[in-house]
Amino acid sequence: MRQFLSFVRKEFYHITRDARTMMILLAMPVILIILFGYAITTEIKRVPVAIFDQSRDELTLKMTDRIKASEYFDLYSTVDSHAEAQALFRQGKVHVVVVFPPQYASTPDAQAQVLADATDPNEATQLIAYCSAILAEQLASQMAGDSGQLSAAKGITPVVSLLYNPQMKGAYNFVPGVMGLILILICAMMTSIGIVKEKEMGTMEVLLVSPLKPLYIILAKAIPYLLLSMVNIATILLLSYFLLDVPIKGSLLLLVSISVLYAIVALCLGLLISTIADTQQAAMLISGMALMLPIMLLSGMMFPIENMPVVLQWCSNIVPAKFYITAIKDVMIKGLPLAEVMKEIGVLALMAVVLVVLSVKRFKIRL
Amino acid sequence: MLRYLLEKEFKQILRDRFLPKIIFIIPVMQLIILPFAANFEMRNINLSVVDNDHSVTSQQLVDKVLSSGYFRLTDVSARYDEALTSIESNESDIILEIPQEFEQNLGKEGAAEVLIATNAVNGTKGGMGGSYLSSIIQDFNSEKGFTPSQGMGRGVRATNLFNPHLNYKIYMVPGIMVFLLTIIGGFLSALNIVSEKEKGTIEQINVTPVPKSLFLLSKLIPFWIIGFILLTIAILVAWVVYGLVPVGSFGVIYLFAAVYLVAFTGLGLAISSFSSTQQQAMFTAFFFLIIFALLGGLFTPISSMPEWAQKITLFNPIRYFVEVMRMVYLKGSQLSDLRGHFFVVCLFALAFNALAIVTYRKKE
Repeated sequence: MRQFLSFVRKEFYHITRDARTMMILLAMPVILIILFGYAITTEIKRVPVAIFDQSRDELTLKMTDRIKASEYFDLYSTVDSHAEAQALFRQGKVHVVVVFPPQYASTPDAQAQVLADATDPNEATQLIAYCSAILAEQLASQMAGDSGQLSAAKGITPVVSLLYNPQMKGAYNFVPGVMGLILILICAMMTSIGIVKEKEMGTMEVLLVSPLKPLYIILAKAIPYLLLSMVNIATILLLSYFLLDVPIKGSLLLLVSISVLYAIVALCLGLLISTIADTQQAAMLISGMALMLPIMLLSGMMFPIENMPVVLQWCSNIVPAKFYITAIKDVMIKGLPLAEVMKEIGVLALMAVVLVVLSVKRFKIRL
Repeated sequence: MLRYLLEKEFKQILRDRFLPKIIFIIPVMQLIILPFAANFEMRNINLSVVDNDHSVTSQQLVDKVLSSGYFRLTDVSARYDEALTSIESNESDIILEIPQEFEQNLGKEGAAEVLIATNAVNGTKGGMGGSYLSSIIQDFNSEKGFTPSQGMGRGVRATNLFNPHLNYKIYMVPGIMVFLLTIIGGFLSALNIVSEKEKGTIEQINVTPVPKSLFLLSKLIPFWIIGFILLTIAILVAWVVYGLVPVGSFGVIYLFAAVYLVAFTGLGLAISSFSSTQQQAMFTAFFFLIIFALLGGLFTPISSMPEWAQKITLFNPIRYFVEVMRMVYLKGSQLSDLRGHFFVVCLFALAFNALAIVTYRKKE
């Protein structure tokens, strides 16, 4: 046991003496939470718009004012020709151009045109909806002014309620995602590189001839990273609870236990990679490309899985992060009890067992 | 002298067991998988219906919703509680509840309510699903004549320019090309010098008469060439798989790529000379890349970011190249439209490479 502890201490020295990597590892979750919490949104606001007003009557000026006053749009400039509008699009200066035809107010069936830069289709759809709504509002108030009353018929009114996340905070979705990402980053990437480094430098040999069993050598390597990742999970939870007001509805103990289980899966993945790769570069590229990207893409963290083609939906089932993130969302935000996340826990546990068996089989005691 | 140095670098890259494969296979795979995965188009939203009215109108409304193509019916529950269980178990995303006497109220008073409850844990999805449903109901209203239709005289006509079919993939593909070049230029070069440091072979270079700018140049050129080959492969994949050909000219794309690769390789080399181990270099590069990528407008529009974040993006090279690629590919922007961008990317290339030269020391 004393031998084992001194091995663990050695690994801690490895990490703590590289001050910069340590700093980055500790700062990474903070930066990610801040970026995702405040900078990464798809909300539409203050989009630059140009207006091509060929009519310049009272109605179009009122509409222009409405667009200017709206929080969604910023008037970039007014233009005098279609060519000018095209140039602004090509230079990427505006995303929307509103065109009013000549004699707009006096022609009864005149059509205002909203041209949107559909390079980003989602943005374009929303921009058109907002812009049309603003113009329609002005038209409606004009008409109401003309006829003196608003029409009474309402038809079917949808009453929308947003379950679990009434303020539609993005944080509810990405906090579990960031947790899944950081754990893989530290446990899988760092472990695999740490082990491969010993191989590359030739110090693995020294470790393998020590009286300690190979299994303990690997365990000693894993423990510091496991602890470090738990520090990060604590940072993320504290930041999201106090800074982003994300609730922790379910049991904290359950949350931490699932995280530990997932961290173990990640450690096994790191171990497996270290048995495949010979150089740190290869280990890094494998864990970067084969772990990080699938997690960002196929875990449902950034992009909804149900939109993907069926083949990718199948692939998402071997990404551990998918199950972790689902379980964390269920426990943290929906506040569901253990029984509801048994399936996810089971899958993660199964993955851990398979990975341990695989990597222990592949791990060479002799060089 | 440069020739021999280059020969050494290329041999080193080609003789690695993993590197050449990874450099080419994975980017191609990414280009094929990523656009399908990185899709914000909402389709197949799982819908759970609670119909308490069982009338002709309520059935017509449900049919209308299902025929829109956005929704997939998962279950028809008898009670709201049951539907809620299916949301809790993640089987459905959204509940549409039609109250009792829905048809009757609609006939008598011309007004009735339906209840939409969405699982808003994923804000985008909940919001989009809810607004799709609402707009389908509005359509249903005017179709059935419950509300006066909006086509009275003056109206608004909307046009989607540059991407009329609103295809999300052709929006993502040019952005992903930038991402690939960034990884190759930035990541691999960051590991390069430091790996020589770690192995001790850098000492041998340091005692030769090779000046440091020439040494850095010999490190830069291989990644530059790899970047070009990669870009060409990417353009071919985009053409074969997505039928995507730039509206603008290839010349502009390659010109920008040339300068951009110099810039990112320079940054990688600077990180490399700052670091003493590969692990350190890798995490530093990773740190910058993730911030650059998230703030580069690759996945979310820059105009949606808060003021301070938009200021930061001005110092983000990825942002400029992503914009350029999308503009050339989809809008056909010419070099004269992109003068400003070109100037900025050149500045980045100069600054990063100057940094690389200054930070690289031949003496310990």
